[in-house]
Amino acid sequence: MARLLPKRDAVIIGLGWTGAILAQQLTEAGLNVVAIERGPWRDTASDFNIAYIQDELRYGIRKELFLQPAVEAMTMRNNAAQTALPMRDYGSFLPGHGVGGAGVHWNGASWRFWDGDLQIRSQLTRRYGAKKLTGLQLQDWGVTWNELEHSFDQFEYLCGISGKAGNLKGQIQAGGNPFESPRSRGYPTPPMKMSYAPSLFARTVTELGFHPFPTPSANLSTAYVNPLGVALGQCTYCGFCERFGCGNYSKASAQTTILPVLMRKPNFEARTECEVLKINLTPDGKHARSVTYLDAQGVEYEQPGDMVLLCAYGLMNVRMMLLSRIGQPYDPVSGKGVVGRNYCYQTSAAARLFFDGKNFNPFIGAGALGQTMDDFNGDAFDHSHLDFVGGAQINCIITGGRPIGSRPTPPGTPRWGAKWKAETAKNYQNSMGFASQGSSYPVRENYLDLDPTYTDRHGRPLLRMTFDFPDNDIAMSHYVSDRMETIAKSFNAKSWAVSRLKKGWDAVPYQSTHNTGGAVMGADPGTSAVNKYLQSWDVPNVFVIGASAFGHNGGRNPTGTVGALAYWAAEAIATKYIKSPGALVPA
Amino acid sequence: MHTDARSLSRRRLLASVAAVPILAATADFFSASGRSISGQVPWSPFAGAPPRPVNPLGWYFFTPGEAAAVEAIVDRLIPADHLTPGGKDCGCAVFIDRQLAGSFGQANSLYTKAPFAVGLPIQGYQGDLTPAGRYRLGLRALADYTHGAYKKDFVQLSPAEQDAVLNGLDTGKIVLKLKPGFSTREFFELVLQNTMEGFFADPLYGGNRGMASWKMLGFPGARYDYRDHIDKHNVRYPRDPVSIYGEA
Repeated sequence: MARLLPKRDAVIIGLGWTGAILAQQLTEAGLNVVAIERGPWRDTASDFNIAYIQDELRYGIRKELFLQPAVEAMTMRNNAAQTALPMRDYGSFLPGHGVGGAGVHWNGASWRFWDGDLQIRSQLTRRYGAKKLTGLQLQDWGVTWNELEHSFDQFEYLCGISGKAGNLKGQIQAGGNPFESPRSRGYPTPPMKMSYAPSLFARTVTELGFHPFPTPSANLSTAYVNPLGVALGQCTYCGFCERFGCGNYSKASAQTTILPVLMRKPNFEARTECEVLKINLTPDGKHARSVTYLDAQGVEYEQPGDMVLLCAYGLMNVRMMLLSRIGQPYDPVSGKGVVGRNYCYQTSAAARLFFDGKNFNPFIGAGALGQTMDDFNGDAFDHSHLDFVGGAQINCIITGGRPIGSRPTPPGTPRWGAKWKAETAKNYQNSMGFASQGSSYPVRENYLDLDPTYTDRHGRPLLRMTFDFPDNDIAMSHYVSDRMETIAKSFNAKSWAVSRLKKGWDAVPYQSTHNTGGAVMGADPGTSAVNKYLQSWDVPNVFVIGASAFGHNGGRNPTGTVGALAYWAAEAIATKYIKSPGALVPA
Repeated sequence: MHTDARSLSRRRLLASVAAVPILAATADFFSASGRSISGQVPWSPFAGAPPRPVNPLGWYFFTPGEAAAVEAIVDRLIPADHLTPGGKDCGCAVFIDRQLAGSFGQANSLYTKAPFAVGLPIQGYQGDLTPAGRYRLGLRALADYTHGAYKKDFVQLSPAEQDAVLNGLDTGKIVLKLKPGFSTREFFELVLQNTMEGFFADPLYGGNRGMASWKMLGFPGARYDYRDHIDKHNVRYPRDPVSIYGEA
């Protein structure tokens, strides 16, 4: 029997980026908030200690800060004809764990999705006709650029993002991204300094007529004090960003931007090492009463709340909805149902160049240090005569040349022995790469549901992921790889190779922790699980916040848009929902 | 580590609970392992979990025969030459031994629940053996193979014969007697991956002695501030590596 705890105004599940933003905004609005977090408390000095965080084996390879499959795994398959089996170790993507969530070990590339993403179906239909989208479940997100711009701005100023505006209120700015949607003001801090490889990349693609610009980065170019009064330090380009917590207070995370303020508030409480099992609904299924959780000793508690904010990693948000019977599960056969619908990923390829006599110093890096061009991203280029929609950014980002994971050799080099060693030694300083990060568009067959066989440590079904790269996205990626060939050739390197994405998503090699969809936002309850304010259509006192709300994935990292959606939802709750609890949009 | 902070927050909580009797039920909760944090940013001096350097002497997991085989294997995967000492002298076998004796070897973080089915390559390793168990079975099968083919242990083969065996495992030409769900290829990949981890990881884990691989590459190791060099494009970084425990 669960022990019943006193009711709170809001119960937050998961204290990562979105949980921290919601908690900060709602405690400001006067609510009494408790956040329940499965993992441990984590902070810079104690857990990302600068004396030993630069440990590739511990954090980069053994993945100490990440969610461990023993805690929660998922099953996967490429299509419904296969039997899904558990990812016994996480490989292709690495969800976060503990306070700060994946925001602890993210790279910091901080993008805004475009107006053309938010209204993707209407804009593409207008330009190319509805037939162009046959087979794709692309849909508008139910929110417009003008509505969301302020929320993007809030997240960027919270973090102190370093970048160069490309479109200020409609005026294109030299040196910025000319394809971005108009922003109301520039970035809070100037771009990072560039190391050799991204500078060379920018020069090369500029000569080809493209438009490179500094990647907007949450690794800060300079010290910064955010609107909450929290100070961040200047990035030292140490090259231990991705998979690591920042020991230098230079990477924006919940720890470095919000928690120092939030944790001091009397109307906020964090409960760590406590795992929510489910959200409990009233018998009619239309109202969330409470959440049930276990502490680390396995003692069960029931925490009632006037509202429940689901702020876990996007995939876990979807699983929690399915376990709690919130919203109709998606059925890929009929195409009906919404929870688990429009699961998308990221469609990427890479180029690698080898030179003689260079010193690229690849260890000088940061998660978002580099240059990007969007000339072939989204709908920035004409698709009239192409057999796909979507696109990819092409970027040269130097996250750090940590040698267990990063020791490039030319194709054909043996993987061990004397020849391997000689080539490894020779090419470490002589190689650079660039990559494409492409859009991932929804199709009927890609979805999330509960696995019929495998369960977690508490006996609950694991999430089952059925995913393969759709033909549209493969065609897109190959088109962009062709452009990458042209770019690679222009470097006049000694040799080079461009990878090509193949069908058959493989769960083993790391690709991207940009899993999106499954509880998407929209204007139609028949095709979306949450409304434009990320409020459940079915259980209006539940809000589901995260990349789970993305109707599709764009060709860029999701966190900037996740942060914006968190502010957007928080504002709707604070200004609309609290005054008049209930559905904010009539179903 | 967190003990001080935890007891501090427990005291704080009990104090606040005393004023609000209805919360009394929660007191038990906080004597358990969950942790309540409110009104403060938790802080305790000298908190942290620094890694513990391995003791380089002896074997913690391998039997003497296994250790000899693994030392011979890592010495062929990473042969001694003018660039670095061989894998054995770099400590790669010690590294693997300590990893197998620890949480990695025991698969503590992995999903190990049944049922175990033979999967597709895209689904990754699906066997029921821990990494330690895979080494134990794989090394035994390797010894069986070399005794069948050469009537010798792996360590007794000439370097050229050792390379031929390793090549056979790598290319699939040699198939060891393992078990369903654990292929020869998976065994070789595990050994190769762990050997490279040992060669390139911080020396505190037992491999990369003298930071040999880092010196070979020009990787500065645990340094964390390159602000003085980011603008120096195409200029070699002038400083030697340092390790987490200050080896320089």
